[in-house]
Amino acid sequence: MENKITSKQMLADLLDSHYRSALEAKAAGKIVAWATSICPQELLETLDIDVVYPENHAAAIGARKHASEFIEQAEGTGYSSDICSYARVNLGYADIRHSEAGDIPMPDLIFCCSNICNTVIKWYENLAKTLKIPLILFDMPFNHTFEIPEHSVAYMRGQIDHAICKLEEITKKRFDYDKFGEVMELSNQTCEWWKKATDLAKAEPSPLNGFDMFNYMAIIVCMRGKKEGREVFRLWHDELKEKADLGIGPWKDREEKYRVMWDGIACWPHLSVTYKTLKKYGINMVTSTYPESWNILYEKNDRNGMAAAYSANYANRNLDYGTGNVIKLVRDFRLDGIIYHSNRSCKLMDFRQYEVQRRIEAATGVPSVIFDGDQTDPRVFSEAQYETRIQALLEMMENNKAERQEQCKNSKRA
Amino acid sequence: MYLGIDIGSSSSKVAILNARKELAATDVVNMGTGTAGPKAALENALRAAGAAREDIKYIVATGYGRINFGEADQQITEISCHAKGVSHLMKDVETVIDIGGQDAKVIKIGKDGKVKNFVMNEKCAAGTGRFLEVMARVLGCRIEELSDLAERSVHDIPISSVCTVFAESEVISRLASGAAREDVAKGAHNAIAKRIMGMCSRVGYEPLLAMTGGVALNRNMVKLMGIELGQPVIAAPYPQAVGAIGAAVFAYEKSERAAERAAEA
Repeated sequence: MENKITSKQMLADLLDSHYRSALEAKAAGKIVAWATSICPQELLETLDIDVVYPENHAAAIGARKHASEFIEQAEGTGYSSDICSYARVNLGYADIRHSEAGDIPMPDLIFCCSNICNTVIKWYENLAKTLKIPLILFDMPFNHTFEIPEHSVAYMRGQIDHAICKLEEITKKRFDYDKFGEVMELSNQTCEWWKKATDLAKAEPSPLNGFDMFNYMAIIVCMRGKKEGREVFRLWHDELKEKADLGIGPWKDREEKYRVMWDGIACWPHLSVTYKTLKKYGINMVTSTYPESWNILYEKNDRNGMAAAYSANYANRNLDYGTGNVIKLVRDFRLDGIIYHSNRSCKLMDFRQYEVQRRIEAATGVPSVIFDGDQTDPRVFSEAQYETRIQALLEMMENNKAERQEQCKNSKRA
Repeated sequence: MYLGIDIGSSSSKVAILNARKELAATDVVNMGTGTAGPKAALENALRAAGAAREDIKYIVATGYGRINFGEADQQITEISCHAKGVSHLMKDVETVIDIGGQDAKVIKIGKDGKVKNFVMNEKCAAGTGRFLEVMARVLGCRIEELSDLAERSVHDIPISSVCTVFAESEVISRLASGAAREDVAKGAHNAIAKRIMGMCSRVGYEPLLAMTGGVALNRNMVKLMGIELGQPVIAAPYPQAVGAIGAAVFAYEKSERAAERAAEA
């Protein structure tokens, strides 16, 4: 009998081969790029350039509890402990060049898009300068208006065209526009399957436990423009759909009692405790702002559409857009509560977090808590404080549920 | 009888309610989680209530040490317990400011003493009892004397640092440049009031406001908090034991509900 591979196995195999083939490419003398997580990777894929994503690598180092060594190295070099810990881990790695958590090849090219934050600009500039390699920078100013202004799209379009010329120079290859179209199409399909899969968590109970989504995220970051990337999300979607149709919830040994959203990046060094604390109370994290972050959709061969899609990345949109999106998530996913990760690393997300929380509470009445943590710096988290805040959220959700049941009983009586 | 125990970072508090839901005893021992404090407070309160361990029908534990207290029937967070305790003691209070040894929180109370919303300080001692302890040490007085010292202030000296460590150096430098101890003490109180004011604004505070926790024993802090908010702020009775009282009220309600369910069955 044929053994069917699961999406989880496929995920592990793909990540393994992603990093292995990048190391092999480097050994064979091919160009390797380091790139930001939501950059126009279509250009690199078209030119068959191997890419690794320092954010993903830093997250993996954090999750395997190896971040401190690199953070200390970066801070010892003079980087402030106030800057993003992904940056500190990666800058430290660029010096040490080996981690028990897994290695990446050193880059020949830096490819940076500031639609995710401003820190990446100086982080990647410093890498390029220190390593004496070319930097292709996509400068994506924050969109202060609700709609993406035309000048923003035109600015990005210009930078895409410029990057193509630069890449032709660096690789000494002609850019193949037919292949570019195919990669565009494939990248869009991968995003569509990622969104379709994560949307299945709308079912009650949700077939998806959101901490699994954090794991699958590695593929949407690293393999968006590859067939294998699309296939893993299609398979994941089918598995979740089957569970949803059968009414199977997120866990074998526990029932989903409450549904929450997680705002912000995972707390990678404390992933297990943050997850288990929720699970123990039957709290399932069904969604976050991540499904929307990789919803990068545009028509094949439409470079203006592509420019708009990258400029319109969730993290690059204004407060009204951000709150509107979370309000929609509260309603679509029928959330009972929200957990805000006040992430020392991410100034962009934290800066508006209090106001987002205030607006969401006013619009939906859904209770929420904020906890202190960091995406990779293990020093900035207290398990007891996390537990207290989660338990307080649970108590508020319990009260709301009891009130709803009471109202339901009363209206039936009436 | 029903017992609530609040095991904090620097003290342990116990409250006992009788069968009529009235307060039979409270006790506070200035030793927190991981010490002999919880046991001592428990024994003191039982003695004061004239009760034996077997007379206690239900125990609710709260505070940071709640998880390690094996004798509890249930654990409830200090956020819910403070809201419950205040609404049991003072029906009209809608916002609670609780300043304990290592954290500060502002809680908006809803119907039946339920938590509507709350905010807590970040992972930092700014705006907590620990901040005042450090200030008292630098000013060379006991924590109990800090309030009187600040009340004798004649000049306003702002302490601008929110971080306890930075504030300590700021205070030392103020004293070194000749500032009066009284004025610096008042500045430290005002720094807390401003910090808590920010939390009150975030939670959307509504009158009436009450203060709980050890810092509410500091009369001057309560007064300055009221001035900062432009609203009367009252210190809750038994301010340190409010969380334990709330836990005891929960113990009473849980036990009653269990009895009702048993009767229905």
